[in-house]
Amino acid sequence: MTSEDPLVVLSGVNKHFGSLHVLRDIDLTVARNEVVVLIGPSGSGKSTLCRTINRLEPIDSGTITIDGRPLPAEGRGLARLRSEVGMVFQSFNLFAHKTVLENLTLAQIKVRKRSKAEAEKKARELLARVGLADQAPKYPAQLSGGQQQRVAIARSLAMDPKVMLFDEPTSALDPEMINEVLEVMRTLAVEGMTMVVVTHEMGFARSAANRVVFMADGQILESRTPEEFFDHPETDRAKDFLSKILKH
Amino acid sequence: MNVLLDNFALFREGFVGTVELTLAAGLIAMVVGVLMAGCRVSPVRPMRLIGGVWVTVLRNTPLTLLFFAVVLGLPRFGVVLPFFTLAVLALGCYTSAFICEAVRAGINTVPVGQGEAARSLGMNFGQTLSLIVLPQAMRAVIPPVGSTLIALAKNTAIAGSFSVVELLGTYRTLNELGYDIVVTFMWIAIGYLIITLTISAVFRLLERHLEVTR
Repeated sequence: MTSEDPLVVLSGVNKHFGSLHVLRDIDLTVARNEVVVLIGPSGSGKSTLCRTINRLEPIDSGTITIDGRPLPAEGRGLARLRSEVGMVFQSFNLFAHKTVLENLTLAQIKVRKRSKAEAEKKARELLARVGLADQAPKYPAQLSGGQQQRVAIARSLAMDPKVMLFDEPTSALDPEMINEVLEVMRTLAVEGMTMVVVTHEMGFARSAANRVVFMADGQILESRTPEEFFDHPETDRAKDFLSKILKH
Repeated sequence: MNVLLDNFALFREGFVGTVELTLAAGLIAMVVGVLMAGCRVSPVRPMRLIGGVWVTVLRNTPLTLLFFAVVLGLPRFGVVLPFFTLAVLALGCYTSAFICEAVRAGINTVPVGQGEAARSLGMNFGQTLSLIVLPQAMRAVIPPVGSTLIALAKNTAIAGSFSVVELLGTYRTLNELGYDIVVTFMWIAIGYLIITLTISAVFRLLERHLEVTR
């Protein structure tokens, strides 16, 4: 778990939305097998940061490399890279017109060029792994939010990603469904998946993260182990943030 | 004397002409319209520019003027085609601009996240559009495309002024033969109604079909 084997490296990353400077000189290295949790007040840029890693948000300056290769510009190279970076969204974004099984097989067949049989075998294995083996023929709208998000995680895993990005994966869920999703993520973390997770689930950050990165106003203010961060936050912004979210 | 029964062959010829014009131009309009909609939402700027210019030029040109441009313009560049083909080109390209915008409106009804998820899985622009976005846009696109194709069926009447056999043009012959012009026009109107109501029915079926498969 050392940073000697960097998988995702961001250096000097800047991003503006119009006149708003949402990412300011971000330097962040995520090592292979590391689980990094990004937390911070809303509007701090953590979701944007997560989305820059597979270039859903292009950056204005700086560099991002994944496994030593810089993020390519829009085109074939970028598509190939994205297929190696899993992404889980707040709003699940399962393909509404496809069954659960098709959601998992489509990109395997069209992007990875696997055979239909091979893709379906992998899909069923993954569905079983997230506890949804019996939901394969259903459409996303027939599933609960928690189930949809687990399907979305399985869909990303089907591409054998090198790293998984989670952009507030439980924020759109009813409270009773949050745990089933976190449980899947915890298992992934234990199995050694490299993960970047934007979340408000402090319990998850404490138990599953190797490192907590605290952001405010587009800057990284702290980057430390969960124990250090939660028990002895250094910056006033972090202390203020923690006091607000942990006191009710 | 009965206008319709006495001149059934003439009416039929005109009716078939209008149907052929509508089908051929409709096919071109659909294909080109969807392609241009793809251009207009493409991440590549020159493609967006092509789509934008195509729609702006064709949507803002009077159809009759477009017919003149095709019929008189193309031969100057050495392109000699039958009048029917020229009419299909003019009608098809003109209508494609409206189809393009209807399809683009449908694309905009599909949540952005659908495309983002597809791209995140490594799908390229063409795959994202054809496998994920367009199928979900279909339902919203059906009604305006139906209207556009009905408008196309009626616009084919202009081709009659450019030596193409079609339904409206039959009135000239019948008028010369001394038939009551009002009755003639009534039968012509019924002919158009048959075509446009068929289009309506087909699109209503399509809409219902898409409702159940969703």
